[in-house]
Amino acid sequence: MDEAWTRAKGVFAALAGPPVVWLAVFFLIPLGVIWGYSFGENASLTHIAVNGTFANYAHAIRPLYLGIIVKSLCFAGLTTVLCLLIGFPVAIAITFASQKTKAWLLLLIMLPFWTNLLIRTYALMAVLRTEGYVNQALGFLWNGAGRIAAVFGQSIGTFTPLELLHNNFAVVFGLVYVQLPFMVLPLYAALDRLDRSLLEASLDLGASQLTTFRRVVIPLALPGIISGVLVTLIPSIGAYLTPDLLGGPSSMMIANVIERQFKTANDWPFGAALSFMLMYMTFIAIAVQAVVSRGRQARAT
Amino acid sequence: MTAGLGRFANRGSRRSLLAGLGAVAAGLSFTGLEGCAPKAAIGANGEEAKLNLYNWDTYTGKTTLADFKSATGIDVKMSLFANNDELFAKLKAGNPGFDVIVPSNEFVTRFRLADLLMPLDLAKIPNNINLMPAFVNPPFDPGRRWSMPYTWLVLGIGYRKSKIDGVPDSWKWVMDSDRYKGRIGLFSESDDLIELGAKYLGHSVRNIPTPLIDRVAEMYIRQKPNVKIFHNDEGQDLLLAGDIDIVMEYNGDIAQVMTEDPDLDFVVPREGSILNSDCLCIPKGAPRPDNAHQFINFLLDGKNGAEVYGTIKYPTPNAAALALMPPSYRDNRVIFPPNAVMARCEYADFEGLERAHLYDETVTRIFAA
Repeated sequence: MDEAWTRAKGVFAALAGPPVVWLAVFFLIPLGVIWGYSFGENASLTHIAVNGTFANYAHAIRPLYLGIIVKSLCFAGLTTVLCLLIGFPVAIAITFASQKTKAWLLLLIMLPFWTNLLIRTYALMAVLRTEGYVNQALGFLWNGAGRIAAVFGQSIGTFTPLELLHNNFAVVFGLVYVQLPFMVLPLYAALDRLDRSLLEASLDLGASQLTTFRRVVIPLALPGIISGVLVTLIPSIGAYLTPDLLGGPSSMMIANVIERQFKTANDWPFGAALSFMLMYMTFIAIAVQAVVSRGRQARAT
Repeated sequence: MTAGLGRFANRGSRRSLLAGLGAVAAGLSFTGLEGCAPKAAIGANGEEAKLNLYNWDTYTGKTTLADFKSATGIDVKMSLFANNDELFAKLKAGNPGFDVIVPSNEFVTRFRLADLLMPLDLAKIPNNINLMPAFVNPPFDPGRRWSMPYTWLVLGIGYRKSKIDGVPDSWKWVMDSDRYKGRIGLFSESDDLIELGAKYLGHSVRNIPTPLIDRVAEMYIRQKPNVKIFHNDEGQDLLLAGDIDIVMEYNGDIAQVMTEDPDLDFVVPREGSILNSDCLCIPKGAPRPDNAHQFINFLLDGKNGAEVYGTIKYPTPNAAALALMPPSYRDNRVIFPPNAVMARCEYADFEGLERAHLYDETVTRIFAA
């Protein structure tokens, strides 16, 4: 491998050069600037003095902001658990479907990505709102039942619309809706690679379906589960649009606080510090995952 | 209910539409306009016959820009921003080529403090005699050295008549009462929220002492269980869709939805409220300042103004334009609330970054409680 690389240095440089430059210019450098801001202070309305202060981080770890981060973690954690519970059966179903059906099912999982997230969120609002489609349908059924009841001389009262939008339920619902494909795809990839003969062996040797699932399928699918959890959890913690549009008075997440620092509050250094708090947490999570998977590999060999 | 999304996209509203589309809006801004574009002809004043206007969405008359072109030969290229923060962020690192911008009064102050505005040459804007007296000498720009008023707005309460008892002419009904529990919408904007809270408690919207800010925060925290949503200025859409029945909003926004639903109405609470005024300014580094003056003067003309206000339905500060408007606009008490209550309204002021941070942290506390 190494040898091939040294022999084809020119080709390698030509191929890797543009993406590396792209990454550096449009990702690493801007990110570095924001990181620098997180150690600065507002010198005037338009100028940020980067002077190495830790004041922004000191401010960011106050209980008010830590509380909001914890709350965001709770929202994201609940979302991830729900995605896992819903996504696992879906991934299994896709794995065991026939080749033709499988292609169609995978297409269905990808389909939402063809529409912008913002449009999908507004569509969800139209579905969930007080006079939205869910409540209209329920109201229609309720009135129908009321008319039947009236025939028998009973009354079931008028329909009270369900409160589905602008509360924490709507936020978790929206997050699960958005994140589910990110959970299903890695799970499917892991399950699809699974050696079916192992399942047959387990069943033949007397394990029940449940035991086989618990002691064979889950351990083998664990890398898929872990990457699914990470790609669901991390974007959910930083969710901004969903709590903003679907949430109620108590649905604020940390990304909404960060957004206000860059806009109305015009406090870029503090906003940068809050953003990097999330970034550091993400790095730690990924490092932990790397250590765990290395440990597993070591044990396997 | 009509399809929510379709309605949302079709009806223009200066503040709400693009605000929701923050990410999209970022993409709508200028693309390399100096240099790449073919050179326009040079006008009589020695400037290229074009002008870059940076404006709110749906904030000119249907034919305003075309009328200007036929009157002066100057081509106007309009870019849109969703809110003042976006406008300020775009210009704070240097003017990318805009000739005329339309900030609200507090941001006129902010731009001026950041030394980003060019002083206006009033001799080039003779139509400024059309301004109503109240707009000649506003506290945020005495003598109109930096800005010309384009529209004004007042915050108040929009409500659904069939669901509210009588006229809710006090901030109490949204800030300090459980009578309309679960049907109330408040602003999420920190300064409006806190300043109006102080107004309700009997203080001016300016120079609010810190203990009073805490009292306002406690009041909102008490009120939170009754509040359905803290909205980003899309209160009129929520009201129209039936999600809430009583909401803090701008008169212009409610006036627009009232034409769609006669069950809606608007009142400025008796405690008074915040006035806003969107203004025409020339940013420092504008490539074509003389064209910019011509354009501002053009908009302040009575007939051209009437074309604008007839389309956007916001209150005008222009007496000559008002005289040309139909009675349905002139006598509309949502667009022009009664003088008695307007006398208790005042402009808020930009009181420095420290203050902005304090307000922001206060609303974070309210939302997190």
